[in-house]
Amino acid sequence: MIEHLIPILAGTFGAAVPLIFAGLGELVTERTGVINLGVEGMMLIGAIAGFAAAAETGSGAAVGIPAGALAGAGIALVFGFFALSLAANQAACGLALTIFGIGLSAFIGQHYISYSLPGLKPIIIPLLSDIPVLGPIVFKQDAVVYLSLLAFAAIAWTLAKTRLGLLLKAIGESPEAAHAIGYPVISIRFGAVAFGGAMAGIAGAYLSTVYTPLWVQNMSAGRGWIAVALVVFASWKPARLMLGAYLFGAVTILQFHAQGLGIIVPVQFLASLPYVATIIVLVIISRDRRVLQNNLPASLGKPFLP
Amino acid sequence: MSTSVPRLELLNITKRYPTIVANADVSLSVMPGEIHAILGENGAGKSTLMKIIYGAVKADAGTIRMNGEDIAITNPAQARRLGIGMVFQHFSLFETLTVAENIALVLDEPFDLAALSQRVKQISERYGLPLDPDRRVHSLSVGERQRVEIVRCLLQNPTLLILDEPTSVLTPQAVEKLFDTLRQLAAEGVSILYISHKLHEIQALCDRATILRNGRVTGTANPREESPASLARMMIGRELPVCEAPPYLGERRPMLTVQHLNLTSAGPFGTSLHEVSLTVHSGEILGIAGISGNGQSELMAALSGEHPVHKDAVRLDSKPIGHLNAGTRRAKGLVYVPEERLGRGTVPPLSLSRNALLTAHRHGMKHWGLVRYGKARDYAEECVARFDVRGGGAGTNARALSGGNLQKFIVGREIMLKPKVMIVAQPTWGVDVGAAAVLRQALLDLSRTGVAILVVSEELEELFEICDSIAVLAQGRLSPAQPKTSLNAESVGLQMAGLFPKTPLTVHAEFDHASA
Repeated sequence: MIEHLIPILAGTFGAAVPLIFAGLGELVTERTGVINLGVEGMMLIGAIAGFAAAAETGSGAAVGIPAGALAGAGIALVFGFFALSLAANQAACGLALTIFGIGLSAFIGQHYISYSLPGLKPIIIPLLSDIPVLGPIVFKQDAVVYLSLLAFAAIAWTLAKTRLGLLLKAIGESPEAAHAIGYPVISIRFGAVAFGGAMAGIAGAYLSTVYTPLWVQNMSAGRGWIAVALVVFASWKPARLMLGAYLFGAVTILQFHAQGLGIIVPVQFLASLPYVATIIVLVIISRDRRVLQNNLPASLGKPFLP
Repeated sequence: MSTSVPRLELLNITKRYPTIVANADVSLSVMPGEIHAILGENGAGKSTLMKIIYGAVKADAGTIRMNGEDIAITNPAQARRLGIGMVFQHFSLFETLTVAENIALVLDEPFDLAALSQRVKQISERYGLPLDPDRRVHSLSVGERQRVEIVRCLLQNPTLLILDEPTSVLTPQAVEKLFDTLRQLAAEGVSILYISHKLHEIQALCDRATILRNGRVTGTANPREESPASLARMMIGRELPVCEAPPYLGERRPMLTVQHLNLTSAGPFGTSLHEVSLTVHSGEILGIAGISGNGQSELMAALSGEHPVHKDAVRLDSKPIGHLNAGTRRAKGLVYVPEERLGRGTVPPLSLSRNALLTAHRHGMKHWGLVRYGKARDYAEECVARFDVRGGGAGTNARALSGGNLQKFIVGREIMLKPKVMIVAQPTWGVDVGAAAVLRQALLDLSRTGVAILVVSEELEELFEICDSIAVLAQGRLSPAQPKTSLNAESVGLQMAGLFPKTPLTVHAEFDHASA
């Protein structure tokens, strides 16, 4: 029994990586009171930028993922210019960014349809990977999986324990008060938006250079939207977001296996399961509206100009 | 410490905005250990001047000197490094953070909450400002929040402390405590700039006063040697207007009755109402004192009909109306002047005549379902003329009017509806002295025609001026209403802190107990 579970659980980590990066990035952005609905678009731009860089240099994901992060951050700054500098409606800017990202990535991607990349080999951690059951699940993963765990730890620690984390939360609650005591609210929000973009870019580049090392048009397949939903249902808490991401990853892998077993259910139905299951579970977890309201950044989505 | 060099000197400070000159040629100086008042009406330029000193606004011209040296203050962080601390009128606190976290965000030092909590405790004990550093700000009373602001300033060892209208949210007892703290600070050499429009406070606390009117200095005085009348003349340029309250001689019957009203607040930081009961008679003005956030907005929602409640909880002229919505209540003769003038009392980008239509449409402004704009314009013009609304006519947008003139329009619009009951929230909040006098007199005149009026206000002086009886709302509970003549600021202040019996009683023995 356990032998069958090991590949499923091991696969969960990889399947969860895009949601972890995109979700953590959006979580940081939203903590400062900015909602960027362009995550899907930023992921796709990160995916094609990462894929193109990896293919052109021949260096694979080692170049592709940083390139995806840069492209994601760059396009997020365009969002920032409209939504922060010009105080335009954040929801509208984010939707525009998503539509733009889908179109631009498809356009650039035409050149790369027939390419394929080598992907990433798992890093087998000595000793630890020999632990029965746990070893093959946790300690034989690719570098980006370990990086996603590091990113989670660093972000959770920063938000909970440092002055920067406190400041991000404070700005999300009341940009007016933060401005009154002398913080550069717009600059800090720009930083958070760029960080969110870079993280979404990494998520996209992981998909195109590691997870399925191919370029497929619209390959993020709604994961950006799930990431946005995850942030809300996780009540802006990194640990809950991880839970949601792993749930999504586990159901994704399970339904692949189910497809393989030849269960007579339409493939489209199985493919929709991760999305449905994640949303249902998270809605149940976050059914306490008071928790949601207490953690909601009070200025979320509201334009602020000093 | 040198006594001849002023701690702060302002020389010919000028600040122009596109439509007004906020400060024109303002000069003043504050010595070490001096408590210096900046006295002026709303819009006189006090707040702009303080923001210039604190680096939040840049002056167009003029010089700022600290301890004899010319300085340029470009942002609040720099002002803090120079030893300038500011306690804002509208607090700049973060509700979901703890007291210690709020304070940590303004300090230029390594982030260590545990050590900071210790220092917060020490300094709050030393100055008689008790605070729990681990409490979240949203659970604090307004007075406690102000303490956070003050302690936050004190931790930066300021040599100049600016307080902007600090007492507008405090009970009379809390004001006394604050004054003790400020006197202690001044005795230690801290200079204090105290901004206010309350004459008696300035006379009680300050060594010197600079009086501003329309952005210009109209006088410098020792407030203890002046009379309130002479200070008021410098502040508003004429005599302090007085309201006339003739006795009501007509029939007296209950017009608005609230019985056992319970309301759970919708928001996470709201206050729920517990067993609120009150009666307003025809020809009577009942005042509800208390600090905002003690259930005022919930009570207003329940009375105006924005939040319908149990049918029998609210009665208008003995008929149950608790279940009715705001429009139906208005049709039955209950009108409401909300606290927010722009957005609730009026629609800001609409003209006054369209705004008149909003509540007066039942009075002949509709014909076969079509709007008669001419009638609406006539109504608005009559209101503008009758209630001395300056700054525009029926075609002017609501947002173009000053606070006082807009409030005169809103109150006038409701008075012209010939209501049975009027509910008014913060009738003169942010309104200049002249307009406030017009508004108070209008309410008094209306009540003497037999209308029952309920006034919710944070300003005790205002309630004592116009009300016949006063009740206090504290933590969602309402004290029994008592005739104004049996109350004073001190007894009302004790009730504001929640010191009254939990079951409202109407027997008169109660207030002997409360004021004892």
